[in-house]
Amino acid sequence: MPNSTLDKARKGTAVTIIKLPSGIIRIQLIRLGITEGDTIKCIERLPGGTIVVQKNRQEIAVGYDLAKKIKVIIL
Amino acid sequence: MKSDNIINLNSENTKSLLPQETINETIKESIVLVGNPNVGKSCIFNFLSGMYVDVSNFPGTTVALTKSIYKGKNIFDTPGIYGVSSFNDEEKVAKKIILNSDIILNVVNALHLERDLFLTLQLIDMGKRVTLVLNFADELKKRKIRIDTAKLSELLGVEVIETSAVNKTGLDKLDSAIENAKIGNQQLDLHFILQQVMEKNIPQAEALLILEGDEETSSKYEIGVGTADEREKIYIGRRNRVNEIVDTVEYEDSKKGEIFNLLGRLSLNPLTGLPILAVILTLVYFFIGDFISQRIVDYTENVIGKGVFEYNVKSFVADYTPSRIDVEIFDTQENLVSQKSFSFSDGLSSLPVLQKEFENYSKQPGAVSEFNFTNPFVRLFFGEFGVITMTITYLLFLLTPLVIGFYFVMALLEDSGYLPRLATMLDRAFNKIGLNGRAVIPIMLGFGCITMANITTRLLGTEREKSIVTAILQFVIPCSAQLAVITVLLSGAGLKSLLIFIGVIFTVLITLSTILNKMLPGESSPLLIDLPLMRLPRISNVIKKTFYRSYGFMKEAGFWFFVGALAIGIFELTGILSVWQDILAPFTTHWLKLPKEAANAFVMGMVRRDFGAAGLFDMKLTVEQITVAIITITLFVPCIASFVVMLKERGWKEGFTIWFGTWITAFFIGGLVAQIII
Repeated sequence: MPNSTLDKARKGTAVTIIKLPSGIIRIQLIRLGITEGDTIKCIERLPGGTIVVQKNRQEIAVGYDLAKKIKVIIL
Repeated sequence: MKSDNIINLNSENTKSLLPQETINETIKESIVLVGNPNVGKSCIFNFLSGMYVDVSNFPGTTVALTKSIYKGKNIFDTPGIYGVSSFNDEEKVAKKIILNSDIILNVVNALHLERDLFLTLQLIDMGKRVTLVLNFADELKKRKIRIDTAKLSELLGVEVIETSAVNKTGLDKLDSAIENAKIGNQQLDLHFILQQVMEKNIPQAEALLILEGDEETSSKYEIGVGTADEREKIYIGRRNRVNEIVDTVEYEDSKKGEIFNLLGRLSLNPLTGLPILAVILTLVYFFIGDFISQRIVDYTENVIGKGVFEYNVKSFVADYTPSRIDVEIFDTQENLVSQKSFSFSDGLSSLPVLQKEFENYSKQPGAVSEFNFTNPFVRLFFGEFGVITMTITYLLFLLTPLVIGFYFVMALLEDSGYLPRLATMLDRAFNKIGLNGRAVIPIMLGFGCITMANITTRLLGTEREKSIVTAILQFVIPCSAQLAVITVLLSGAGLKSLLIFIGVIFTVLITLSTILNKMLPGESSPLLIDLPLMRLPRISNVIKKTFYRSYGFMKEAGFWFFVGALAIGIFELTGILSVWQDILAPFTTHWLKLPKEAANAFVMGMVRRDFGAAGLFDMKLTVEQITVAIITITLFVPCIASFVVMLKERGWKEGFTIWFGTWITAFFIGGLVAQIII
């Protein structure tokens, strides 16, 4: 499923990140360990669209508006 | 405790609050602890210096910098950061200290190597002498993860030690680890680019920051920052190297779920999270609403504050200045038993017989003495709303227990890892009003004290969010002092009143925040938050954190309560206050359909918000009038102390706009309800 965005990821699926938004938020994502080419797991998708992803043992909550701007391939 | 120096940093001028002296001292010979949030930095700092500091679990609630002495060298603890730059106050503070340091003790959470090593590599790239402390090593064994520290040390080119700061294991290795701190391995390509900048006589650490686009550093040397591309190349290169290193050194034997993990998951989803929140709020209500604000505050404010402190101060003052003292005696059911009035035209001791009589009479159980000083200036400082007497009682005996209670609960929620999950669960709801989930923190604190919450708005990402939350706090959130009075009034008014009250306040909240969200330019920051592992809070940690925060709040805000009281005192002295009451009276009687005296209650609400509501106790009000009154008072202006702190935090223009806004809204909405239901 090419060219999807992170907010579309269902609970339990893995996604590969193709493109992060630009600006400061991009740097913050990279620092938290989320980079283009990474595969992360969506462990929770809250009603309304807030996404919780897991990379290794690290859990990170991503707001809906930000998730919409992260381009991914849903695996 | 050898030495301490906690500096609270204000978001506007980090520079001026970081004293030059501190920076100069850093140049001498200094060790700095650096790490991501929640890595146990402060525990290690505590061990090295013998002094405890804040250990935070919610990324970025306070910016405090702590200094101590270790073996004749300065040692600094820095706020938790994910990287060195200037994205927020924490980073700005940490950056200044790191740039001037000699040895960096980089503390990392062994469970989150992949996240934490990013900062480690940046510190190594800065060319500083670094030692890596792998904390939470005990947790590794529990989770069946192995880290090849020898290999990690070889790859990074710096010493690596394993510790468990909470259990105090491995800490004996810190001494030699600090001595052995050394400059680590740098990637060749980055090294080459750095050399070009360093040729301009710029130290390596600052050269790196310039390449990474740090404008503060580049303007110091008057050269341009690296391009966005360059910065990204460095960041992605670093990220890839972290991933490679972690792949090489970390082995996972098996994955195991835990009960805390499950609880963490459950508190994220509204379906299960809202019941969990309801349980927590109920417990919080019993602790703060019942135990602290009823029992504790009742004792501290009335018995200690008014009965002992104010009585003695005022008696002392009455010895030197004319006064009339009215004493009333109440029985245990609070019925008036007897009363007497004493007049001293020239101080207590001028009439020794009467003084003796007054003392005997006023020291009976159930006695309440009211000192009326003739001299207006004495009244200003020692009268009923005296700058000295009332403010001290208010601050020490009413507010302090409440603030401690609230900070204690916050520390518990923070330390357990619940707070970031709550922020996540509520994120979408907050999005609708232009905020993200983190805004839950100042709003929760607002139910304790608006002044305290006004200061906490600093942790929000953008000015826009700070404005929205500040407005919500002043307009609709009732502080604990006010809530107590509202509860009493509502308990006599019934369910219908309660529903109208909640409905109106909620409608105002939604309307106000929607308008602000539409009107204010710019965009709010999205939620991006690291969810630490859920765990049992460590009580010693929570208590110490509560102490430091409460102390910090009193230090920062305490003074402004005196300023506020002085302002109100002067208004009273000059008659402005009664003019104000006269102006409000017609609005009160015709538009709000309340007794004329209710106007006094509103004006007194500016001194302390509960005064406003408490004034209504004595009036004979119908159920409908009570409903109108509590709506008006909740929406009405914040107390003078929170007003002053708001001006300081948000500036004059915004502060006054919000302040006048609350006047208009309170009277407009209150009146509208009155016209409909009365």
